Amino acid sequence: MWLSEKHEKFKMKIREFAEAEVEPVSAQIDEDAEFPYENVKKLGEMGILGMVVPEKYGGTGDDMITYAIAVEEFSRVCGSTGITVAAHNSLAVYPLYLFGNEEQKKKFIPPLARGEKLGAFGLTEPGAGSDAGATKASAVLKGGHYVINGSKCFITNARVAETMVITARTDPAKGSKGISNFILEKSMPGVKVGKKENKMGLRGSDTGELHFEDVKVPKENLLGKEGEGFKQFLITLDGGRISIGAMALGIAQGAYEKSLKYAKERKQFNQPITKFQAIQWKLSDMATQIEAARHLIYAAAWLKDQGKSYIKESAMAKLYASEVGRWVTYQAIQIFGGYGYLREYPVERYFRDVKLCEIGEGTSEIQRLVIAREILK
Amino acid sequence: MEFELNEDQRMFKEAARDFASERLAPLAQEFDEKEEIPKEIYKELSELGYLGMMLPEEYGGSEMDFLSYILVMEEFAQACAALEISISVHNSLVCDAIHRFGTDEQKKKYLPRLAKGELFGAYSLTEPTAGTDAGSLKTTALLKGDHYLVNGTKTFVTNGGIADVVILFVLTNPEAKSKGISCLIVEKGLEGFNVGAKEKKMGIRGSDTRELSFEDCKVRKENLLGEENKGFKLALILLDPSRIAVGAQSVGIAQAAFEEALKYSKERVQFGQPICNFQGIQFKLADMATQIDAARLLVYRAASLHERKIRCSREAAMAKLYASEVANWVVNEAVQIHGGYGYMKEYAVERYFRDARVTEIYEGTSEAQRMVISRDLLK
Repeated sequence: MWLSEKHEKFKMKIREFAEAEVEPVSAQIDEDAEFPYENVKKLGEMGILGMVVPEKYGGTGDDMITYAIAVEEFSRVCGSTGITVAAHNSLAVYPLYLFGNEEQKKKFIPPLARGEKLGAFGLTEPGAGSDAGATKASAVLKGGHYVINGSKCFITNARVAETMVITARTDPAKGSKGISNFILEKSMPGVKVGKKENKMGLRGSDTGELHFEDVKVPKENLLGKEGEGFKQFLITLDGGRISIGAMALGIAQGAYEKSLKYAKERKQFNQPITKFQAIQWKLSDMATQIEAARHLIYAAAWLKDQGKSYIKESAMAKLYASEVGRWVTYQAIQIFGGYGYLREYPVERYFRDVKLCEIGEGTSEIQRLVIAREILK
Repeated sequence: MEFELNEDQRMFKEAARDFASERLAPLAQEFDEKEEIPKEIYKELSELGYLGMMLPEEYGGSEMDFLSYILVMEEFAQACAALEISISVHNSLVCDAIHRFGTDEQKKKYLPRLAKGELFGAYSLTEPTAGTDAGSLKTTALLKGDHYLVNGTKTFVTNGGIADVVILFVLTNPEAKSKGISCLIVEKGLEGFNVGAKEKKMGIRGSDTRELSFEDCKVRKENLLGEENKGFKLALILLDPSRIAVGAQSVGIAQAAFEEALKYSKERVQFGQPICNFQGIQFKLADMATQIDAARLLVYRAASLHERKIRCSREAAMAKLYASEVANWVVNEAVQIHGGYGYMKEYAVERYFRDARVTEIYEGTSEAQRMVISRDLLK
């Protein structure tokens, strides 16, 4: 691949850590649906939780390609770790950096970037999924603070996060232009964590509900200006999609490598099954599609790093990589045969994990909508 | 060509539908979560005649024709795929095997008790190194006087932990390879017959899948099913109906997922309207319904051929291949239509998604089906 030496070195460094520390617990955190606190702490120490912000705010100031590589490499061994990193960086730290004022950045970003605290992004509501502009959570200005009420669901890191960016309606009459973003802290009275979701996959990642009951949020915690929330979260998601694409890519890569190894070892009809053309072509297609997905993702990341428009490209990268992820993990299970259906073998988990990539941060249907809108405008 | 069910078939289908939707569907999630189906359910099934579906009345069976059996399996799978596969194996790979190939003595000894549910059955062909290449068995059964001495390990045995009787494929003549395979009726409890731990699976988690191993296990000579060294042929003959049954299971899972998705798409409001108003969702639903119909017709055709005793290996393989691929496509779309909810265990489509995955693997992977089909095309 056309990675620079610096990127290549970084990739190997992350791979080494991921294989040594993350992979050994990946099956267990899935089975027990347990958040990997210890490893996440180590990620903080490595700078992985502040990749998208400059050193000034406690981050590493990495470019988008480097960040995508990190998510890819963690996901290659553990999707749950991949999404934890992706959600924290792209959906919590990044909007704070992008839309926060200097004071907010100095106050909220460093503990997140250093991994002392984890972040979450509260956008989705029971009645506002693909139609994220249908937010019902409300924020009413009363003197020096906003009073926030409402519920959020499917929030990654809901239970483990201490700082969160959430959307709420400041002006019920203005539709999508009446939405604003706020910085909330778990410690604020009235912030309640709802049930933990019991998911198909990514079971080591934390997904839950957040409830706000008359939460008094200081006026200073408004992110940007009132009414900018809709625009802000769209921009946030454009970047987030690159990381979900990278996550799908990493899972696909991991499943491909494992099935390639198995195919060479597994003998049927007196020969390794790699001798059969049907298996060879499967492997060829898997490898080809993974490369195509990787190029789409890195290209979108590069555009972003160059300060160019990447809305269409990030949607394409996420759409394609997540579909490739499902297809590749599917074929990996076929290659493993019956073993592929057992939780003892990692491809079983990869298949369940990658499915989320077609749903989270905009379903494939929403990606197609975004792409079409860009094409037709 | 007729596309109508006869009265018996309709009756069996409706009765199965009532029982499955009222009794099984509400429990399916619990079976999945606990990775177990309680014994009482099997007792109920036996009382309703579902444990000897195709057996004649003289053995306590329900005398269903094969298509009726397939209709029942489809209905059961729509409610709970894990339970469906468990009783499908019992009926078509154990009861039917003994009925078709057993001696009078074997039939009298086993069939009434199998039909009553006093005995439960499993079928064991696959070994750790003999999957798609099923002819390369290593488990041996050497004749020593009045018994066979069985040694070896079997894997992925559905009902392995709950079965009392196992239809076991072994090598009686190791030099002859697939021409030295025989089939034995083996009862649990014999010395040297060990049952492994329950496998932890992605889906159909209520069904009990195990490894079985045999160490100098003595099986009486009269427990040979069919002729000695003709067992591989017997295994292949039994695979046709069981593939059709997996096709029916696939159709059932797909139908269940489709119905959930259709219902949800009418209820779910986004952008101020039910999502079924969007063309993207409408076309998905149209494709799901079309593909399910096509799969169902392939399954029924194969079932009808098998019922009429017309050789149908190609048609059975086609039905299984297509229906299992359709099922997996449909469950994926059903999850998409549910959005984030589809990824949560609270919603049935999450389970359908995991359950469907096995249909492309067992009773011959899709790759094995393509081998069967192409071999038939090219002969």
